[in-house]
Amino acid sequence: MRTIAWLLALILILGFLPIVTHDVTLRETVFLILMYVALAESLNVILGYTGYVSFGHIVFYGIGGYVAFVLIENYGTNIVLAMLLAGAFSAFVAYVLGLAILRLRGAYFAIATIGINEAVKALVTNLNQLGGAEGIYFNMNVYRPYGGAENAIWFAYYLMLAVTVAVVLVNWKVKRSKFGLGLMAIREDEDASLTLGVNTSMYKTIAFAISAFFPGMVGALFFFKNGNIDPESAFHLTKSIEMIFMVMLGGFGTVSGPVIGAMVYERIRGLLLVSFKALHIAISGVILLLIVLFVPRGIVGFLRERVPVLRRYFE
Amino acid sequence: MILEVEGLTKRFGGLVAVDGVSFEVRRGEILGIIGPNGAGKTTLFNLISGVYKPDEGRIVFDGEDITGKPPYKIARLGLARTYQVVKPLNELTVRENVMVGACFGREYLDLDSARRVADEVLRMVGLMEKAELPAGKLNVPEKKRLEMARALASKPKLVLLDEVLAGLNPAEVKGMLKVIEDVRKRGITILMIEHLMHAIMRVSDRIIVLDYGKKIAEGKPEEVANDPKVVEAYLGDPSLVLR
Repeated sequence: MRTIAWLLALILILGFLPIVTHDVTLRETVFLILMYVALAESLNVILGYTGYVSFGHIVFYGIGGYVAFVLIENYGTNIVLAMLLAGAFSAFVAYVLGLAILRLRGAYFAIATIGINEAVKALVTNLNQLGGAEGIYFNMNVYRPYGGAENAIWFAYYLMLAVTVAVVLVNWKVKRSKFGLGLMAIREDEDASLTLGVNTSMYKTIAFAISAFFPGMVGALFFFKNGNIDPESAFHLTKSIEMIFMVMLGGFGTVSGPVIGAMVYERIRGLLLVSFKALHIAISGVILLLIVLFVPRGIVGFLRERVPVLRRYFE
Repeated sequence: MILEVEGLTKRFGGLVAVDGVSFEVRRGEILGIIGPNGAGKTTLFNLISGVYKPDEGRIVFDGEDITGKPPYKIARLGLARTYQVVKPLNELTVRENVMVGACFGREYLDLDSARRVADEVLRMVGLMEKAELPAGKLNVPEKKRLEMARALASKPKLVLLDEVLAGLNPAEVKGMLKVIEDVRKRGITILMIEHLMHAIMRVSDRIIVLDYGKKIAEGKPEEVANDPKVVEAYLGDPSLVLR
């Protein structure tokens, strides 16, 4: 209860800062932070609770982005509906893929997800209807129903805040449910869970669909705000690695871990981009290695172990 | 009859791990399974609990044909098992481990009821003081108790115990035998594999003997121990067993 209270307070305060100050630069920064938080929390459901390393998870962000983009550009769909449909479609794709690839375990599953991301990227690059490698650009008219581009961007920002709050709430609900207990049992020992009565294939597939639903919506919002979409930025494997980094840094399998990981990473990334430019991923990689070796449970796991008093605040 | 096994066969390539095994388990009894290493005992458990699908034969549990059903469905019908190589859910607490059994077992309880059942079972196996610890921190005898607790929390009709006494010192064996007796008093039928002869001879009502995947003997402990085929296959000197 305490965990979710302060997490939501933190996100809402952060989220309302740009609205109150009407600061556009701050809005861009917070949009990015919220996006990272939402992506990391989504991945947490399959990686953190269920223990399946979805390495190419960004594919669902890209799919959601394209679905929403096409709906808005070609059919004039409202962004709220487009976003929900994008999330639903990503979740559906994850469900179908999950039935096949969640039979794989460990590294084999991780490699399969990378393969899927690359395959979808190659497919989209070769589909002229989706703009091919060049991608597609919005006709500026699409922003008209929202009162112009500037207002549309603000609207996308509010929606991102709502999506972030929703994904944190879902993480908290899952963690404290029987469903979540089943997922964590799968993470710890899938064979044992199966003989204990957990319908492992159904649980894993639903978890995978949930963890794809939110990136689909995030992708829809990001590319709506961006105004153009292309395969290279939609299915960017580096973003996938960043998602894993944030979850591991903050502490996998906890509600607060990925939130903290995302916020800290956004700061680290900013610093590294300024001082090292192209090296920021390499340095992040080294940090990830150090985390896995020395603090495998991340910041939150470390705090929970060292300062038991804080456990109620860091679930 | 709570369990009927008919002509069960499982092959791994050229090896016939379980070869046409048939037997029945009566309601409320303790049926022991013994046999030399590699006789197919654990494979038999894996077949009954649904981990492997048999190549031939039929398994009927409590009047229902469960041949080839997935393990989670079999577990929900009330057939629980433990593993010879313990499989604790390391990062979860001892209580949560047991709750998994209660949540997804025969009664398919919600979290709150599962917590109550877990505490009750933890008291029974003597792990209550460790309820809040991560299961990975338990020592081996405690992990064996945890396996047992998890199986019991599912409120099974039949429980398969795979070498729950192996690796325990004499005092711990005594404690575990008491737990087994308690389980039986609750009306739960037990099918158990065990290498510790004096223990299984004492608690079992009947014993079946496997060798090279085949059932070579069945009967009361003393009959089995004196069966020349069993002696030849496995026991060596029968006087050692009945000492």
